[in-house]
Amino acid sequence: MNIIVCIKQVPETTEVRINPETNTLIREGVKSIINPFDMYAIEAGVRLKEKFGGKVTIVTMGPPQAEAAIRDAIAMGADEGFLVCDRAFAGSDTWATSYTLSGAIKKIGGFDIILCGKQASDGDTAQVGPGISTHLDIPQVTYVKKIEEATDKSIKVERMMEEGYEIIETPLPCLLTVVKEINEPRIPSLKGLMRAKAAKITTLTQKDMSLDPQGLGLCGSPTQVVKIFTPPQRQGGQILTGEAEEVASQLVDLIKDEVH
Amino acid sequence: MDYLLTDEQKMIKDLAHKIAEEKIRPVAAKYDISEEYPWDVLKVIGESDLFGLFIPAEYGGLGVNVMNLCLATEELSRACGGIAVCYAASALGTFPIVLFGNEEQKKKYLPDLASGKKVAAFAVTEPGAGSDASAITTVAKKEGDHYVLNGLKHFITNGGDAETYVVIAMTDKTKGARGATAFIVEKGTPGFTFGKKEDKFGIRASSTRELIFTDCKIPKENLLSKEGMGFIVTMRTFDMSRPGVAAQALGIGQGALELAVKYAKERHQFGKAISSFQGIQWMLADMATEIEAARALVYSTARMVDAGCKDVAKDSAMAKMYASDVAMKVTVDALQIFGGYGYMKDYPIEKYVRDAKITQIYEGTNQIQRSIIALQLIKEYSK
Repeated sequence: MNIIVCIKQVPETTEVRINPETNTLIREGVKSIINPFDMYAIEAGVRLKEKFGGKVTIVTMGPPQAEAAIRDAIAMGADEGFLVCDRAFAGSDTWATSYTLSGAIKKIGGFDIILCGKQASDGDTAQVGPGISTHLDIPQVTYVKKIEEATDKSIKVERMMEEGYEIIETPLPCLLTVVKEINEPRIPSLKGLMRAKAAKITTLTQKDMSLDPQGLGLCGSPTQVVKIFTPPQRQGGQILTGEAEEVASQLVDLIKDEVH
Repeated sequence: MDYLLTDEQKMIKDLAHKIAEEKIRPVAAKYDISEEYPWDVLKVIGESDLFGLFIPAEYGGLGVNVMNLCLATEELSRACGGIAVCYAASALGTFPIVLFGNEEQKKKYLPDLASGKKVAAFAVTEPGAGSDASAITTVAKKEGDHYVLNGLKHFITNGGDAETYVVIAMTDKTKGARGATAFIVEKGTPGFTFGKKEDKFGIRASSTRELIFTDCKIPKENLLSKEGMGFIVTMRTFDMSRPGVAAQALGIGQGALELAVKYAKERHQFGKAISSFQGIQWMLADMATEIEAARALVYSTARMVDAGCKDVAKDSAMAKMYASDVAMKVTVDALQIFGGYGYMKDYPIEKYVRDAKITQIYEGTNQIQRSIIALQLIKEYSK
């Protein structure tokens, strides 16, 4: 079973600072890590490989330093890694990113399952995974919390819902995005770390993939970020107490005041 | 201080640090209270290949390297001296096989010890034979193609939980120290049972137990080295393992220092952080300096052992004695900085004091270490 895991390198801090002029993330002085949700995807991929054989391939799109994230994933048991990196990809939104990644995945080929974290901790969009499956025209299941069974033809998973879960069976190849309930990512092994240090990471640029140049980077990104801001903290609400009738009339008065 | 670690050594240190912070620190207090053997943590340590640091590559390890073992032990001990000793004691029980085992013995026992699937223990101490290891009374009598063991070992770290034991027994009492022999004994061998499990002051996550041998038949293939080599096996093993005990002490001291600095910065009295008071600052400065001096001694000794230097007994003894004395002093001072809170079990620091104490006692009390150092010194100057 060949598995591709798409990962993203993100700033470690949960308090991401934003440059108010450019509306982009300030990355200077912040340590980079693998997006925490992607750690579960890597672990799920390695476990599938351990059970069914095959290999785990890591794909990430980012600047050259994102290679470190691929090495960290190899230390956890992945076999190889591709860094999708080109100036032409700069400024990609989730649509252009998923288009570019789908091109990389087509180029790599031969996969049964694509795994992604449910979302990235910096952008929080949860769109790139579904976007990749759309571009590749393969089935997707999001928010997977358990892989119940898998064969070389299909996979049966539990999909987490707000209340309860769905059991979904889908033919392969498919794309799954996973939630943290699915597993506990392992600590890398020394042998894995040594292998990761020596591993050759392949870089894929625009010319390595057959992609429409109009679909790449800023030009291929329909999303326009108008403004990014930290919302003000919610003030504590007001609790009305007393008999239902009394409270209801108080509430009506309050709403009236608010409207006026 | 920069000890010019290689990339591989930095990798080992970082990995052990990660395990300590993510997998050990959160459960240290739990195991200290329950005195359960921390199998779940050892499983993680095993999967991370750290047990391979004291086992040759051809038997599934990463090559025997005392410096690497010290780095790992130090980092694990920063978070819990008790859990770390389960790991270090397996190294102690494994060294005799690495150093003296024949090909069959190494093939049979080392791969499972390298993966952490099994842990090892080394059994020398008896109720009447502590510092005076020559007083051991456990006997092994040769009968045909096996030996029959009778006797009692106590205070054995990893006792009951280890699968593989190296046991020192007398094959010829008339020869004194030259009549001692080392055997590999597997858990489950008929006649080999476990007695009292000790209720300890510190390192409570580790098991310390009696081993009881009653007409226990050991196949002669389990004889380690040759008859009469028991004390050589023991001494050579301790030469390898003593830097590890020193590293354990170092880690406990370092862990306590880190907690003390953090607390001193957070704790406010008289309107200021107590770290702004000279009395506290000087304590912290002394603690940090002594730990650094201990570290320099431990690393130098470990590197000597790895380089194959002969006569490391004095240096090994100095490292173990100094690092453990520093650990004791530093942990007590760290508790002092925590004040009344430090004395309470709600705070983690009192455990460091309890865990530090044993490092002055086991693998040769610090008084025995001083004797080793002094005797060697006198010998050197009488040439």
